[in-house]
Amino acid sequence: MTVSIPVSLIGGYLGAGKTTLVNSLLRHAGGRRLAVLVNEFGALPIDADLIAARDDNLISISGGCICCSFGSDLVAALIDIRTRGQPIDHLLIETSGVALPGSIVQSIALLPGLAIDGVIVLADAETVEERADDRYMGDTVRGQLAGADIVVLNKVDLVSPERVAAISRWLAEIAPGARIVPAEKADIPAEIVLGGQPEPRSMAPRLQPSRHRTSGYETLNLELDSPVDAEKLGRILADPRLGLLRTKGFLRGSDGAFVTLHVVGQRSQVEPAPSWIEGPGRLICIGFAAEMDRAAIEALRPKASL
Amino acid sequence: MTTIYEARKVVTMNPSRPLATHVAVRDGRILGAGSLDELAGWGAYNLDRTFADKVLMPGLVEGHSHVAEGVQWRFVYCGYFDRTDPDGTTWPGLRSIEEVLARLSAANAGLSDPKRPLTGWALDPIYFDNRRITREDLDRVTTTRPIGIMHASGHIMNVNTRALELAGLLRAGINHPGIPLGSDGLPTGEMKGPEAMTPLGPHVGLDRSLLASDEPGLRAFARLCVRKGVTTAADLANLLPRPAVEMMLRVCGEGNFPARIVSLRIARDISPAELIDRVVELRKSSSDRLRLGIVKVIVDGSIQGFSARLKPPGYYNGAPNGLWYVAPEQLREIFERALAAGIQVHSHTNGDQATELVLDTLELALRKSPSPDHRFTLQHCQLANAAQFRRMRSLGMCVNLFPNHHFYWGDQHYALTVGPERAERMNACATALASGVPMAIHSDAPVTPLGPLFTAWCAVNRVTASGRVLGMQERISVADALRTITLGAAYTLGLDGEVGSIECGKHADFAVLEDDPTEIGGERLKDVRIWGTVQDGRIFAAATI
Repeated sequence: MTVSIPVSLIGGYLGAGKTTLVNSLLRHAGGRRLAVLVNEFGALPIDADLIAARDDNLISISGGCICCSFGSDLVAALIDIRTRGQPIDHLLIETSGVALPGSIVQSIALLPGLAIDGVIVLADAETVEERADDRYMGDTVRGQLAGADIVVLNKVDLVSPERVAAISRWLAEIAPGARIVPAEKADIPAEIVLGGQPEPRSMAPRLQPSRHRTSGYETLNLELDSPVDAEKLGRILADPRLGLLRTKGFLRGSDGAFVTLHVVGQRSQVEPAPSWIEGPGRLICIGFAAEMDRAAIEALRPKASL
Repeated sequence: MTTIYEARKVVTMNPSRPLATHVAVRDGRILGAGSLDELAGWGAYNLDRTFADKVLMPGLVEGHSHVAEGVQWRFVYCGYFDRTDPDGTTWPGLRSIEEVLARLSAANAGLSDPKRPLTGWALDPIYFDNRRITREDLDRVTTTRPIGIMHASGHIMNVNTRALELAGLLRAGINHPGIPLGSDGLPTGEMKGPEAMTPLGPHVGLDRSLLASDEPGLRAFARLCVRKGVTTAADLANLLPRPAVEMMLRVCGEGNFPARIVSLRIARDISPAELIDRVVELRKSSSDRLRLGIVKVIVDGSIQGFSARLKPPGYYNGAPNGLWYVAPEQLREIFERALAAGIQVHSHTNGDQATELVLDTLELALRKSPSPDHRFTLQHCQLANAAQFRRMRSLGMCVNLFPNHHFYWGDQHYALTVGPERAERMNACATALASGVPMAIHSDAPVTPLGPLFTAWCAVNRVTASGRVLGMQERISVADALRTITLGAAYTLGLDGEVGSIECGKHADFAVLEDDPTEIGGERLKDVRIWGTVQDGRIFAAATI
């Protein structure tokens, strides 16, 4: 079985910060070869200093990433970008400002070789509530938020902490399945979207916290030697009570073969792993330091084992 | 050299001289319509009696079609109604699934390459007692070659087992609202909506070029125009990349190309600023027979696809509201930049909420860039209510309504999508005219067949496919309908000073008719026989095109 390319949707209404986030992910790709598809009424909105070369509607970005735009036909663009033959580790789709992520998730599920990793929807803290009551766009904005695995509540520096708290409570009602991540200038750790990169020859201790450059986040490395029921472990890690935003890693499944586990908010997915994976099973979990239940996560190791 | 054509009757659409017996033409332009005596004053002439027993009308203007109609005919026609192809062959409508399969089997037998897909179009199972077509049905035609058949609505495709295999979709566990599953847990072969259809497209010969055309398609489209009496046709949504523009300029410029094409640049792929710059540049490269420089914006989806944006209380069957394809901020930027550059914008709206957004947005944009003759046009605009027509009038907008849709899908709108009351007021031609909104009516070919006289018949009678008269109050007179398919449509394209009536100084564009549309009666308007056209003084007979 071939390895599917993980696909992250970056959604949200106009001006919410989608393009800023995409540029930030390209800057912090960390050696991952990202392909970015942009659906917007616009020129490819990639920061000029990132661009290595451009050819009509494809931009090559330093570090092996590419970006191109598509009109109304996302599926055709997805087929196109894969037939270019360039290696892709992770695909990002920046949706149009009026697109509903839910229907795009359904389309991608029909395409062999692609697997939805997570739906990240940005919300502008200053305007999201007003947008959600707009007589034309209200249901679209609410539909976008309701389809999110993670809502990035952006521009929190432009409103008071009380407002942030109130908007977060409101978001929890209209997007009950989503984790809410406050951000300034759409600056969140790239690993939340792309997942951590578990090193193949990790010498890491079994539970290793590391502080992220952005304050407040914490990363845990979890090593699992024995085969596990990866689907079940995924469901457990998706439980909001563990306080995790994002988990990625390689595990030995019940049949002993390596699988990749992706957990984004409440969405978890198990895929065949690349053939080069060896060594112990290992996961990288990211969450807010203040919310993470480390003891419960550590306790998963024996529980998850078969 | 002057040619004076003698006709049984010349219907001019010029109110000060509505009827004539002769029309004088020089260098592709009309010198005048009148009696032979009056026209002889222009000097030496040849009297041409080719049309002595025909009726001449201004060349008909199709205000919303797609030149891709010329491409569709490469595929197998599977429609329920008789339809004429560009070569003049009338394909009988298929009245049962068995008849559809028989035509597909005949086409299959004619294909030698075993891998080549068999592609069909215009299927409408609504007329087969709504019995769904399955992949097993199509497998009776072939199991080795992929088959894909697009429905008339353009929103559903049927495929066979081979096509599903090639697309990797013949598998259990698919969970998608547009892909019904059979009792075996596998897809039935009915793919509903663009998300479900697109993965199949490349395997069944129906890829993204559905609205794109090519050189043979453009020529075929123009031949179809001659058969339908059309001398000017709008190609309403084209990306117009430079190579396509060069091809279109070359083909339209050929001495025997029989139609004037107005091709609109769809707002897609580029930012509003780039779009307007590009369209200004396109406008400069226009030729007489290829007119460029208008923008098309798609605001919402379709009513029968439940993707049109409706105002409350929404869909009659309770379906959730439809989809926006543009954000208000983007629409406003396009409008403001277009008004500032003197570029016209045509906006596709089907639902009344989408129409309202365009009205609100244009009102704001006009405050910033007042433009006395912008002629921004609402396309389809099927559900507009009386208040919205009054606002169109106030804002200086035009409307291009879709009576053909009323005939083909009015029964479904009555029963399912919008319910009886709004189905009766849909495509409110009479209200538009009474409100003083400049109006065109259209076919949206290939969605419905090209043919302005048929479209006029639909607007005059408002009969649906089942025979129901849907919205008696919105019927219009034959005279209004004929004016709408000539001057009315020309006005929405900014061409009413050049075409749309037979009068001094205009292009010598005529529809040449065997029957008199002003005498035949409204209920028979669609039966008017068409001999061909004259375009810029060049004669094109349908029989030899």
